[in-house]
This record gives sequence, structure tokens and C-alpha cells, in this order.
Amino acid sequence: MPNAIKKNDAPLRDAKRFFHVFFSRGWVTKLCFGMIVVFVLCAVFAPVLTPYTPYEQNLLAMLKGCSAEHLLGTDNIGRDTLTRLLYGARVSLITGLLSSIWAAAVGSTLGLVAGYFGGWLNTVIMRLTDAMFSIPPLIFTMVLSTMVSGSLLGVSAVIGVSIVPSYIRMVNGLVISLRENDYVTAANLIGQKQSVIMFRHLLPNCLASLIVTFTMNVGTAIMLESTLSYLGVGITPPTPAWGVMVSEGYKYLFNQPLVAILPGVCIMLVVIAFNIVGDALRDALDPRLRGKL
Amino acid sequence: MEQKVLLDVKNLRTSFFTEAGEVKSVNDVSFHVKKGEVIAVVGESGSGKSVTQLSVMQLIQSPPGKILGGEVCFEGKNLLDYNQKQMRSVRGNGISMIFQEPMSSLNPVYTVGNQLTEVLRAHRKMTRQQAWQQGVAALTAVGIPEPESRMKNYPFEMSGGMRQRVMIAIAVACNSKLIVADEPTTALDVTTQAQVMELLLCLVRERGTALIVVTHNLGLVTRYADRIYVMYAGRIAESGTTRQLLTNPLHPYTRGLLASVPRLDSDRNADLFPIKGAPPNLAKIPEYCSFYPRCPYATEECRKKPHPKLRATGEEGHEIACHLTLKGESENG
Repeated sequence: MPNAIKKNDAPLRDAKRFFHVFFSRGWVTKLCFGMIVVFVLCAVFAPVLTPYTPYEQNLLAMLKGCSAEHLLGTDNIGRDTLTRLLYGARVSLITGLLSSIWAAAVGSTLGLVAGYFGGWLNTVIMRLTDAMFSIPPLIFTMVLSTMVSGSLLGVSAVIGVSIVPSYIRMVNGLVISLRENDYVTAANLIGQKQSVIMFRHLLPNCLASLIVTFTMNVGTAIMLESTLSYLGVGITPPTPAWGVMVSEGYKYLFNQPLVAILPGVCIMLVVIAFNIVGDALRDALDPRLRGKL
Repeated sequence: MEQKVLLDVKNLRTSFFTEAGEVKSVNDVSFHVKKGEVIAVVGESGSGKSVTQLSVMQLIQSPPGKILGGEVCFEGKNLLDYNQKQMRSVRGNGISMIFQEPMSSLNPVYTVGNQLTEVLRAHRKMTRQQAWQQGVAALTAVGIPEPESRMKNYPFEMSGGMRQRVMIAIAVACNSKLIVADEPTTALDVTTQAQVMELLLCLVRERGTALIVVTHNLGLVTRYADRIYVMYAGRIAESGTTRQLLTNPLHPYTRGLLASVPRLDSDRNADLFPIKGAPPNLAKIPEYCSFYPRCPYATEECRKKPHPKLRATGEEGHEIACHLTLKGESENG
């Protein structure tokens, strides 16, 4: 049957198109995607990749340069910089993901409910969101982080609070336009529950934008965590967070610049990578291009 | 002869409260549908056809909309007394609705089969597999070839006519007693229009389902409908059997509508007669007859009296809301 509809290949086609668009943006996107992959691999396999632990001090080898024993040198109490960078990737990845995940869950639910029901509920939630937006995120998180411990969970919770508003506002805007679609009325017309309509019919239509926001927010969260750690209100030393490494290492900038500069470069690269990949995701997930290519 | 009345709407009033004032979209509308009957509600854009049907389903967005009064009796029970949960069990199960826009009536992120089985799973306790089989059966009933593989398609992989068939399949899947088709063919091209209407008719006849067709296309419904309600400015202007309305229209508005439709048997070069003017602003309806400003037969008396009530014309089931007694069409030319 030449003209007959072939077996269902829509998901496969979607996936193909996704990768095609995603990687058609040139080498920058590929490089950034590669960086994220390397970053994740480092975080996951940190114990395998290095013979040291991040807390192991060697007071005979303080502030050493690159050598066969310590590939990227050591810090002021003789801890291996490469090891601490690898374990720092863990801290960054966990706080970045954890804070983004809980912010996405809470933020999109609030935005969805507010947008779908509208009225006073929408007004209350959205004005509170505006209020949260009007506070500079750094000051906000600094104040909040004094209330929690400097553990990964505590810092993630604090960072999550500061990025929740971006999810609320985005999902809210989307839902307000999506709820006017006929398929929402149609779902009402077949007697579907409001909760089902919200989470089954509206949320999946926000998914493309959510993924993009999520990716970019991971970058933002990593940045915030580093800043907080640098300022001494984030992850508490001696946990090897990149921000902590910069703040401890900058005092020895003239003796051993690698200790401070390398974690700084890592922060920069990872944040840039997440932002650029987020951009590429936006193109690849654009529903208007669906079914083409 | 005596058929049971399935849906009986009495004195329904729905208004939207906007900044410009109260918009009386549905103003004292009464109609009824008997079991297995096909009726048509005809009128211009903004005459309250769709709002009437959405009021029946209680899907008026509130605020700004509000159902102010009246009765909607479905199988003898007043739906307006129902709470949300009871209403949900009526929607899709007792009364189904089909929309104008097949392009946006299906959720783009789910397959057709997923959405088709949704209605079954919501109302009937059945397993996924049973629902799937029922869904395939419904797609077969609406004449979609290879229903098994079509079930796995996404809406964007289908044409408009195909999607409207899917919507019809969803509407008939639960064997509703009444289907409301709100301009079901407006977004389709002419050849598909006829196919879809034939299909819909065939299905309701087969199952003994009642059908309300809401449309502004008189030509479309005259072939199918048993009775027609003509709506103007939120009120019923004239109602009667299709034969009565076509051969002996007594309301000036119905006459205007008929005169504005091209006919196969008329002179090709003859002009069509449009109804002059535009429908009134529903926020500022005059006290007198709302059709007065556009009525070619209007007299000074029409302006002094309040809006006419529906009155019988003498023929059985034929009612008009007009002060005037127009003569038969034959004498009128």
C-alpha cells in the first residue's frame, strides 16, 4: 500500500527533528552541550577520576603549581585543586538541579492554578510574585540563607525561592492564553474535572517553555549558589563549592592564581553553557515547527 | 405521534456584565427538542445562538457571564439546579457538543486515541483496552479509514474534515442523548461540509440521538432539520417546522434571511437582497422591537409598542415575535 498511512512513527520523527534543529545551530551549541555533558560526567564520576579526596590536606605541598602529582596544583592547605573542582561540580549540579526542580514544581503549579481560575486568586498570587520580583535576588537569598544551614539542601531551598517567581509568571502567562483554546472547552464539555484539565491538558502545552526556563534557571541557580558561597552565606567550608574555592583562593592570587581562577572559569563556562543550550532548546522545541522537516 | 420532550428550555436569560453595561445575550429564550429530533438554531453572528447552547451546558464564563433565570429541563430535571459535579456527569454523557473550529478543538500534545478514550474513561468504568476498542469503533463509525493506526496520530497529522470527524466520534462515543453542533461545518470547505453533515445526520438517525445544529447557514440546515428557530438579538424571532419557515415565513427577519440566500432556480443575474444595517448592540437594546431599525415593513406603531412577545400564527407549532401580520409570500411577491 504505497499511499497508506505507515505505522505510527510520529514520536520518532519528532525526536529526529528535535536533534536536527538542536544541533543545526553551529559549533557553539555543540560545544556547550559537550561542556554540560563533561560537567555532569565529572560530577558523577568525581571519586573515580582522582586519587585524592577534597578534604585531604598535604601541608608539605601548599600552593604548588601544576605537577604530575597535582595536575592543577594545590591550595593554601595543600588540597588538590583538580579534586576540589571535580567535587565542586557535584555541589553545583546538585544545588542547581535541586533548586530548579522544586522551583519548577511549585512555581508552575501556582502559575497554572492562578492562570486557570483567574479572578482574585490570580490577583493575589501574581501580586505576590511581583513583590518577590521587586526584591533584588541576591539580597533576598542572602537574608533567607541566614535562616538555613549551609548544607546542599538548605542552599537549594533558598535559591529555589528566588527563582520560583520566574516560573509562576511564565506559566501564568501561557495558561491565560491557552485556557481560551477550544480543547479546554471541549474537555469541559465531556465532563472532565478541573484538576484533570489543568494538569492533563494545559500543563503539557507549557512543557516546551518550561524545559527552556528550567535549563536557563539551572545556570542562574549555579551562579547564585557560587555567589552565596563566595560571600560566605552559602555552602559552608570545607565542602568544595566553586564559590567557596574562589573566596578562599583569592587571597593567594599572587602566589598561586590557579586556586581562585580555575573555579571562577568553571562557573562562567557552566553558566554560559546552560544558557546557550537553553536557547537551542527553545528553537528545537518550538511547537510552531512541529510536523515540519 | 406524541414524542417525549428531551430538552425543554424555558425563558432562559443569560447576560454578560461588561464595562459597556449589561449585554443581554440570551433574552427570554424558550425552545424544546424531542427525542431523536433534529432542530436548527439560525441567526446572524452575535444573535446569541452559541451563548444559548453554552448556557444549557452551563459553560458560560463567569464573570462576566451569568445565567439570570429560566429553566433548562433535560429529561425532566432542571440542569440549572445541578451542582458542578452533577453537571460534569451530564456533559459528554447526556449532552455532547461539537465546535466550529476542528483545528483547535483537539489538544495538540495528545494522540487522537488518547483524547477519544478520555471521554469514555471519564464516564464509564472501563479498562484502557476496552476504551481503546470503543474508540476504534467510534472512529470506524465516523468513516475514518484505518482507525487502528489513526488512533495513534496526533491532531496536526490530520486534515480539518478528518479532525471534525474525530470530534464527532468523541461526541457519539458515550451514546449521548443529545448532540449540540455549534457551527460544525463553518471551518470546512464546501464539499467536506456536506459530507460531515451527512455523517452527523446518519449517526444521530441510527442511534436515535437528538441534534441541535447551530448555524448561520440556512441552506445547510433546510435539508436536514425538522424544525428551525430563528434568533435575532438574543431572542427567538420565529420558530416552526422547516416547511413552514421556508414556504411561509411570517417574520420580516426570516424573509430577509431567505431573500439573501442565492437559489439554484433563480435568475443568475438577479441581485441578492441583503438585510440592511447591522445587528443591534446587545448592551443597548431598545424598548421597542429590536428588529425595528432594519425592518422594511416597520410602522410607527412598532416603535411605540414594547418588543413583541412570541405568538402563535394559526399554523401548528409556528410562532413569531412580530406585531405585524404579513401576508403569505405568494401575494408578497
